[in-house]
Amino acid sequence: MIMKDMILDRIKNVPPSGIRKYFDLINEMKDVISLGVGEPDFVTPWNIREAGIYSLENGHTQYSSNAGFIELREEISKYLQRKFSLEYNPVDEILVTVGGSEGIDAALRALVGPGDEVIIPEPSFVAYKGCTGFTGATAVTIPLKQENEFKLTAEELENAITDRTKVVIIPFPNNPTGAIMTREDLYELVKVLKDKNIVVLSDEIYCELTYEGGHTSIASFPEMKEQTVVINGFSKSFAMTGWRLGYACGHRDLIGEMKKIHQYGIMCAPTTAQDAAIEALQNSDDDVAMMAKEYNRRRRVMVDGFQKAGYSSFEPKGAFYVFPNIKSSGLSSDEFCERLLIEQKVLVVPGTAFGECGEGYVRACYASSMENIIEAMKRIRTFTDSLG
Amino acid sequence: MEEILEILEKNSKVTAAEIAVMLGKSVEEVTEAIKKYEAENVIVGYSTLVNWDKTEREKVTALIEVKVTPQRGLGFDKIADRIYKYPEVTACYLMSGGFDLTVIIEGKTMKEVALFVSEKLAPLESVLSCATHFVLKKYKDKGTIFEEKPIDRREPIFI
Repeated sequence: MIMKDMILDRIKNVPPSGIRKYFDLINEMKDVISLGVGEPDFVTPWNIREAGIYSLENGHTQYSSNAGFIELREEISKYLQRKFSLEYNPVDEILVTVGGSEGIDAALRALVGPGDEVIIPEPSFVAYKGCTGFTGATAVTIPLKQENEFKLTAEELENAITDRTKVVIIPFPNNPTGAIMTREDLYELVKVLKDKNIVVLSDEIYCELTYEGGHTSIASFPEMKEQTVVINGFSKSFAMTGWRLGYACGHRDLIGEMKKIHQYGIMCAPTTAQDAAIEALQNSDDDVAMMAKEYNRRRRVMVDGFQKAGYSSFEPKGAFYVFPNIKSSGLSSDEFCERLLIEQKVLVVPGTAFGECGEGYVRACYASSMENIIEAMKRIRTFTDSLG
Repeated sequence: MEEILEILEKNSKVTAAEIAVMLGKSVEEVTEAIKKYEAENVIVGYSTLVNWDKTEREKVTALIEVKVTPQRGLGFDKIADRIYKYPEVTACYLMSGGFDLTVIIEGKTMKEVALFVSEKLAPLESVLSCATHFVLKKYKDKGTIFEEKPIDRREPIFI
């Protein structure tokens, strides 16, 4: 038997995430400043970690109900109401997942298959396309533009919709561009989407990291609530990436089916993480605000650094990424990243990792210490000057 | 502008130009604000946190609980003033609860601290009693953990 031939083409056709060559290089180098990783540099706030330890001390090591502890779902419900005016019934409209990623996967598996189309604005998080590919559905990408501040416009969306469109992914605040969609921006999309048989998958994992005006969820428009599934989680807002905890909220019929996928594939999200997350939602608003404030300062320093180095960078207002236009360097995204790493030991990620339209851009993450960012920006300037 | 204070309280080496970028303000605005804070004694001083345990220098810190008789019309301020003026005193707080003043003393040796208490502090007229506690080890001071250098444990994955 040739194992390769046994594997489904639609699985093999999805490329692996990550640009291994950079990470292979980085392992052999010293003093590299990595602006490549997409996760908080903060350690989970102590009260949350302590709640996890307490959970273990109490022997709370059994399964939870499939959808997650009801106490946690109740807290999630209160949190979404308090912060974003979203109303979800903890009993049957919220599913606790293993990170936001599982929610994305389960939602797509519940909704699409061969013949269906999923609209994905790019550049964006690599898993949307990957998970769409696994289902056999077709990913229809929309290349977002710098002149629109990498927002999704109603016109772009309308042009991408066909009879086969089943799901639209709305990924804001955006990884890798840092773009956000204001209430007004979203309203333009609402006009296109309402009353259509299209489910909106709104990935709001970076919601707490919105530096201007606060985050708006598309599900907060009453006419959109039923047709939207909101994906969120604890990784970015509470610096809990390694705990693997997220949640999906939406129509009870969809959440019910997603729960089946979750039940058979996962059983339930880790209990320790769920206990810690209850503490996170109850008592960590100050920590969340502190982290967001610190990111905001670093954001300004990084945007300023790229501008001083001569790269036009639109002002990212969310997440923790800057997505400068590096076309003036005369290098491709890939060349830029490889040379910057080898010559100045700074790691940024080529924009092409997030879709073809990312060519000419790189992603730099400011979830790194201020000292690192200031030093990295100096090195990027030196690198740019050396290009002549 | 209070954010300037938050930044400087954590790291007084950050320059006005750097703060300006962090907060999206002009350098002039930040420089002016810092000057004003200094003039109004909101920014009282700048200092460096040193872990003396890692040096050759011997250093002893003690916390002294002091009970005093407040003076008519002056309360505790007058007696506190007489105590905190000694250069050995690095901190002095008026307390609620079982005693009145917390006095933090730094000296070269335990004997030096003991002498300060017995010869200078205790004999003061208004001082009723002193309870001296020596610090054995400093784990954390001014929000900074001494032993722990932050390590970036993130794996080089990217998503």
